[in-house]
Amino acid sequence: MLGEFLQYLFSGLTTGATYALVGLGFAIIYNASHVINFAQGEFVMIGGMGTVMMMAAGVPMPLAVLGAVALAVIAGVALDKLAIERARDADIVPLIIITIGASLFLRGLAQYFWGKSYHSLPAFTGDEPLKVLGATLLPQSLWVLGVAAVLLVALAFFFNRTLKGKAMLAVSHNKDASRMVGINPRFILMLAFALSAALGAVAGIVSAPITLTSYDVGIMLGLKGFVAAVLGGLGSAVGAVIGGLLLGIMEAMAAGYISSDYKDAVPFVIILLVLFFLPSGLFGKRGTERV
Amino acid sequence: MLHALLKKIGLAAAVTGVAVAGMSNASAQQDPIRVGTFLAVTGPASFLGDPELKTLQHWVEKINNQGGVDGRQIELVHYDTAGNAGKARTFAKRLITSDQVDVIVGGTTTGTTMAVIPLVQRYEIPFISLAGGVPIIDPVKKWVFKTPHTDRMAARKILKDMQARGFDKIGLISGTGGFGKSGRKQTLSVVGDYDIEIVADETYGPNDTDMTAQLTNIANTDGVDAILNFGFGQGPAIVTRNYEQLGLKLPFYQSHGVASKKFIELAGEAANGVRLPAAALLVAEKLPDDDPQKPVVTAYKKEYESTYNESVSTFGGHAYDGLMIATQAIKRAGTTDKAAVRDAIEQTSGLMGTGGEFNMGPDDHLGLDLSAFRMLEIRDGEWELAE
Repeated sequence: MLGEFLQYLFSGLTTGATYALVGLGFAIIYNASHVINFAQGEFVMIGGMGTVMMMAAGVPMPLAVLGAVALAVIAGVALDKLAIERARDADIVPLIIITIGASLFLRGLAQYFWGKSYHSLPAFTGDEPLKVLGATLLPQSLWVLGVAAVLLVALAFFFNRTLKGKAMLAVSHNKDASRMVGINPRFILMLAFALSAALGAVAGIVSAPITLTSYDVGIMLGLKGFVAAVLGGLGSAVGAVIGGLLLGIMEAMAAGYISSDYKDAVPFVIILLVLFFLPSGLFGKRGTERV
Repeated sequence: MLHALLKKIGLAAAVTGVAVAGMSNASAQQDPIRVGTFLAVTGPASFLGDPELKTLQHWVEKINNQGGVDGRQIELVHYDTAGNAGKARTFAKRLITSDQVDVIVGGTTTGTTMAVIPLVQRYEIPFISLAGGVPIIDPVKKWVFKTPHTDRMAARKILKDMQARGFDKIGLISGTGGFGKSGRKQTLSVVGDYDIEIVADETYGPNDTDMTAQLTNIANTDGVDAILNFGFGQGPAIVTRNYEQLGLKLPFYQSHGVASKKFIELAGEAANGVRLPAAALLVAEKLPDDDPQKPVVTAYKKEYESTYNESVSTFGGHAYDGLMIATQAIKRAGTTDKAAVRDAIEQTSGLMGTGGEFNMGPDDHLGLDLSAFRMLEIRDGEWELAE
């Protein structure tokens, strides 16, 4: 019994940690611009596929990982500079539609240059599963959870202890006022895109050895990451992480204890309930009170 | 100088004259046989349609170089459906009414094939489909035939192997995509013919990335002897990896949906020990020398791979079989009269193709039996015959 429960929990935590990282990316860009960036899933894809392709070209893994993150950051900054910034006078909805277009464009490029088939990455530290109280856990799952935890601590440090991070929070609260104290919102927005692209790419890389990767993984991961961000309260970093982990665990528990047929429905039913009764998400309210 | 030039012109004129005479002579004697085809050469099913078209083009040319069928050349008329059923219907109509083809060999997917069936039935044109679905030939339709084995046959092949190994309680896990769904349905419908009971029935979505929960449930079901996964794409590879992660020791079966090198590549070490039914083409060189199918599959494989410089797939093999069935039926009928050709196709017997030996009849417009499938086991990342 305990073994079963733990197995579902591990499975849920692993997928949940990926959702959490994607959700964090949504939260950061939403904070800086109130735009929901639907190309977030494509950053995840660029991370995984970029690493696969560079390794296939003979680049050693650590360099390929750095290269793929850099590639995603370039794509993120380009999306901001070439599309979002040029349309900065537009309302939020056209900007969101621009990100949908960008996601289709990036997916098309990946399909054209990298092909349509699935690829896997080697696990960072071997495939030998660890046994814990009757359940098994892949070392790679620990990597996913560990990297997510480290990134979360680093982000907390960035937002609360550095000038750039505080500037980003200031812009999220009041753009005009922050401009008056000498913050350049355009630079902050670019920084937000670069940061969330890097986060997405890292999520794509650490999860690729478990989930496999292809040009279209971003569709599903982007959607689940968005659900995680909404569940936790849009714009809240802690909320996105907890929302992601909850979503992953709920899916695994539903598959294990209820029925694998209805597994995909459970998180969406729960998010409907959250939106009905807690429209600002689990942690959203606290975020707005911070002003 | 001038002399040489004149000589050249004269020679050229003579050659052209002979060629023109030859052509008009041939066409005066007999019109070419017109074979129509509509395939998904682009779009999501292009990995099926592309080798099919390449196969048809190469072997039509080859037959023509060898003198054609009964001295008549074959003319291939092709349209690309991109896997779209609406386009398939339009093109099939064009093949029948404007191109006036004698026989149609095509229809990459079950969807495009089903869209065309009402047309060929109404216009009474013999049609050999290259798609997998059971509904194409069950119930039997007068003018419709097909060459690929069905997922029902794959299910039977697996269940037979399980029964022979003494497994009587099995766990089923299947994808919710079209292939997995149909495979699950066929498995449930034929399992009653064997002394096997399905004690667990789990599913996973086409984009799921973790199936350990479903596998844990199956493994914890009382008395389960073996696990069967029916799925297509990356899902079965993840199921196989999860299976390895959980350290399960139960015998593990996959369907013919994973019969590609990509599966072994994605599943890695975990793929070793997996059993699956697949066409003989996949293990052409490993077949025993006395296997009656060996010459056909090795010849097809060698010729395809040397012509197009890419590895052979079973899908191109289905097109080869369709073309052979059609041309041999026309040869036996001695005419392209549609009713005579249809009857001749239905009488196809003992024709050895890449998919197996075809023995058609009024009740069987596929004509393959379970021997068309070979039970394979993956060992050290290679396909090996399990029987």
